[in-house]
Amino acid sequence: MPNLTSIPAFELKGSLTTLMVLHLFKSDQEAITVQLADKVAQAPQFFQHAPLLIDLQDLGEPHLSALDLTHLVELLRKHGLVPVAIRGGTDPQKQLALNLTLGILPQNSRSESREKPQIEVESEPVILNTSAKIISHPVRSGQQVVALQGDLVVLSPVSHGAEILAHGHIHVYSALRGRALAGVNGDTQARIFCQQLEAELVSIAGQYQINEGLPHHLQGKAAQIFLVGEELKIEAL
Amino acid sequence: MSTVIVVTSGKGGVGKTTTSAAFATGLALRGHQTVVIDFDVGLRNLDLIMGCERRVVYDFVNVINGEGTLNQAIIKDKRVDSLFILPASQTRDKEALTLKGVYRVIEALKKRFEYIVCDSPAGIEHGAIMAMYFADEALIVTNPEVSSVRDSDRIIGLLSSKTHRAAQNLDPVKEHLLITRYAQKRVTKGDMLSAQDIQDILAIPLLGIIPESKSVLQASNSGVPVTLDKASDAGQAYLEVVARFLGEEVSNSQKKGFLSHWFGKK
Repeated sequence: MPNLTSIPAFELKGSLTTLMVLHLFKSDQEAITVQLADKVAQAPQFFQHAPLLIDLQDLGEPHLSALDLTHLVELLRKHGLVPVAIRGGTDPQKQLALNLTLGILPQNSRSESREKPQIEVESEPVILNTSAKIISHPVRSGQQVVALQGDLVVLSPVSHGAEILAHGHIHVYSALRGRALAGVNGDTQARIFCQQLEAELVSIAGQYQINEGLPHHLQGKAAQIFLVGEELKIEAL
Repeated sequence: MSTVIVVTSGKGGVGKTTTSAAFATGLALRGHQTVVIDFDVGLRNLDLIMGCERRVVYDFVNVINGEGTLNQAIIKDKRVDSLFILPASQTRDKEALTLKGVYRVIEALKKRFEYIVCDSPAGIEHGAIMAMYFADEALIVTNPEVSSVRDSDRIIGLLSSKTHRAAQNLDPVKEHLLITRYAQKRVTKGDMLSAQDIQDILAIPLLGIIPESKSVLQASNSGVPVTLDKASDAGQAYLEVVARFLGEEVSNSQKKGFLSHWFGKK
């Protein structure tokens, strides 16, 4: 039997190497698609099999939460680039990156202020000290709304295939048909309230229940969802 | 002022091309200068439905690439005076459509036409985005069936984020729900979603309901937009849709009864 431990088979070392970094400034898939195709067309060989870091640190809200990371990675791979890791981004995006087998680099504290291309898209005035994010348009299939701080209040329907997440409570004053995840950072006191419970999935601080597990008599009714210990409770309002 | 209207759905086979042909024909029948563009590059069906497939010389992609002029590519309908068709290319794929190119063509068409109807391909990819990008209004074609409704929901989300109106912070694209292939009998039996169910989920204004009808297939196969078939119930429903789109109250009592019939039952 060969000696498996005494002769070193490898060596792990840190090394400094140049890595191409993709700094994102906006989440507009269409613009990214068009501009990336242009860029790659200029030097197709250069971009072939080139490892790439996706940097989300320059991406402000609402672009950050609107960014479809899966789509971006697919797009980059289509052009022959090899995304290896992300830097910055929200927690769900970091989780997504891991699922896409990308690494996560720590945020770097940069002092230089990068010159950003002018963004012509609206940047709505953001009031920072409000504790709740209020959404008054329908949340459609495929859309995701995240309230990173505090509560999320939705005044219109949340469709099948849509996802809403909040640090705190979630209120839906209409039909909740998609997924709702409250207390995403682990707040076990967070609750979900909705006027019409038809959710695909509800979750509080990671404890979840799928539609099939919702009490039959509460389907389509006003309900609240909260945690008692480890157990998810679903009750009529 | 011209209006760009996209006919879109997400899901395939729900009746986008049939609707584009019937709707554009209906607008033209009312005397409006109308052009209908086939955005389904590579599959090219609109010219078949419009019955002009043997008159295609230059197409949309040729115009974008500058290989032919717009006037060479536009086909005038032989039946309705103010109706024109800009066919898709059969030999290219959807990547041939560029935002700049589509913009140029639509701007040029705006000089000549009051209504520009864009027949979107299925899906939510490049081709569909190109078709919706410059739209002012949208007809969301939906079948009374869950997957179609969900795909429509997705498309409505894209209309509010992936169009020039969204990018430039203009008024949002005006959305109209059009339910096609509706069979009241099957709704009553519970096989199909009701118009009310669909409206509850999509939450956009209903422009009309087109009944499931044999005449649609017959019309497609013979290359006649169904609005030109006076005996067709679907054709009549499309004419009502056009009237309602133009802001008219549809006053025909029979038609009113027909509609309230749909809405009466849940």
